[in-house]
Amino acid sequence: MLHLDAASTSPGDPWLNIAIFGAFVAITMVIVFRASRNNKTASDYYAAGRSFTGGQNGSAIAGDYLSAASFLGIVGAIAVTGYDGFLYSIGFLVAWLVALLLVAELLRNTGKFTMADVLSFRLKQRPVRIAAATTTLVVCFFYLLAQMAGAGGLVSLLLGIGDKLGQSLVITVVGALMILYVLVGGMKGTTWVQIIKAVLLIAGAAVMTVWVLAINGFSFSTLLDNAVATAGTPAILDPGLKYGVSEVAKLDFLSLGLALVLGTAALPHVLMRFYTVPTAKEARKSVVWAIWLIGIFYVFTLVLGYGAAALIGGEKILAAPGGANSAAPLLAFELGGPVLLGLISAIAFATILAVVAGLTITAAASFAHDIYASVVKKGKPAPGAEVKVARRTVVVIGIIAIIGGIGANGQNIAFLVALAFAVAASANLPTIVYSLFWKRFTTQGALWSMYGGLASALILIALSPVVSGTPTSMIPGADFDIVPLSNPGIISIPLAFLLGWLGSVLDKGIESPAKQSEMEVRSLTGIGAEKATHH
Amino acid sequence: MGNDALSAETGTIPDVDFRAVQVSPEFQKLRRTHRSFVFPVLGACLAWYIVYVLLAGYAHDFMSTPVFGSINVAMLLGLAQVVTTFAVTMWYVHFANKHFDPLAEQIRDEVESGVFGTDASASASGVGVTEGGVR
Repeated sequence: MLHLDAASTSPGDPWLNIAIFGAFVAITMVIVFRASRNNKTASDYYAAGRSFTGGQNGSAIAGDYLSAASFLGIVGAIAVTGYDGFLYSIGFLVAWLVALLLVAELLRNTGKFTMADVLSFRLKQRPVRIAAATTTLVVCFFYLLAQMAGAGGLVSLLLGIGDKLGQSLVITVVGALMILYVLVGGMKGTTWVQIIKAVLLIAGAAVMTVWVLAINGFSFSTLLDNAVATAGTPAILDPGLKYGVSEVAKLDFLSLGLALVLGTAALPHVLMRFYTVPTAKEARKSVVWAIWLIGIFYVFTLVLGYGAAALIGGEKILAAPGGANSAAPLLAFELGGPVLLGLISAIAFATILAVVAGLTITAAASFAHDIYASVVKKGKPAPGAEVKVARRTVVVIGIIAIIGGIGANGQNIAFLVALAFAVAASANLPTIVYSLFWKRFTTQGALWSMYGGLASALILIALSPVVSGTPTSMIPGADFDIVPLSNPGIISIPLAFLLGWLGSVLDKGIESPAKQSEMEVRSLTGIGAEKATHH
Repeated sequence: MGNDALSAETGTIPDVDFRAVQVSPEFQKLRRTHRSFVFPVLGACLAWYIVYVLLAGYAHDFMSTPVFGSINVAMLLGLAQVVTTFAVTMWYVHFANKHFDPLAEQIRDEVESGVFGTDASASASGVGVTEGGVR
């Protein structure tokens, strides 16, 4: 039934796959066009006019978060590397506690559109805004890279395109389509797609999970036995298949775990979602919704990953177009034939589309609001100019992401996203935490921490096996992998915290105590951000 | 641009003395309640997570011990992380609704009714009396 004998061909009929897939994508596009008719002000474009309820926003957060990385990447990672892939699920989920307890409500109360609004609140506006916008752009770039690579692999699988040149072309076309979509949709359109997509993705994963369990007599243990039988080794059930081979690999595992859990609360596009609700209480509610949806989904990934390992097998998955990222679509085909394959792929594609839109808007907002409007135009941009700059930024970012996506093609996208998490946790998290909770924090501390964290994370990645030295690297020919860690978190995150502290302690000046009072009071009480309560 | 009533523009809200609010006993209580919940709970959750990651990284034999059929300790500990995340989320929401929100609302109401105005009138000096009691 499964036509996987020739590794480079698509399962099923490419035209049927694409027809089902295309119909679904068309429907979501229509919804966005309809939802985006009244994007007038910057508040509409970036923050959807703060019109969403906690439940809606929570689903949208889940939609944002359950990106291609979560669905395609984690299922693939579990199917191929066994239990080690499950760490992504756990790390991505527990990370939400940091977001919920430490930052969500406080940020909602002090910010307006972007992360830089909060970070520059009581520090010197210009340098901190420029730094925050820079880190936002870099984090969004890494995240986009993963999504583009995922979209390319997915469409290549559906069309049965095996060669690199064809896949690069696919990434370019898909990327161009996504840019168009963001230009039209804005935040409101994107939020609606996220909501619809979150529901479809979780429903689709639930159906597949029940199906996989049903085949195995509703026994998870039997499923695991079958996965062992297909893989030919019981190691697939135990930790250490990928990260247990050496001491360095074990350290790499810890580094990944740290980046995953600390990254979420520092992801600019997740933080921006807290601004689309009217009150701190709604922000809290949205995070709770998101945690439930995301948590349930990640339990499904465990079943789906081992389901793919049992029914298809790691070697066949790796040989398919898209590599490990094709495990979920292949499992869908194995279960429900071309119809389920088309549906699941379309949902995964809508996922990528919406996440790309959310990321690009965040990056564009950061550039237009923080650099153009606040720094270049000193807070007084011409009417409409800010949104115009934002739209132009979208095009530039899109093109850069397409080029990066072609370079990253074939890498596991959960792994690529983990790099974005490491960069976010290094460059942003210390400054967010210090400026909310530490009175003595200064501009110098913020700049040292942000640039230091960003630079150390980027340099460590550039010198790691991700970029060069192994056959799966981005530049397989070169060999400058001095740093053996493939995730920089364990070095760059503590370093950024240290630099923030050191920079502040060595700073002779102190920041305005009045601003510190205002920020602390506003962050905890919501004065100025909540609607006035008239009695 | 945007809705001014809801915007948290980076400019100062002119007629509120935030310093006075910050040192008021109500706010100090809110700040204390918030920190004494958030820091220890989050610290414990992160510690539990790090222990899990370390076990998965370094204690392979222990994690590979089968418990039910082929389900091993690693699977159960992973699912336990999910369960604790859900539990802490519900706990936090319950706690925040009960302890943070009423205090925050009380302070917002006082600020709106002009208790903490910057013009050094009777209301501001009234705060000054309580100020000495804090810190």
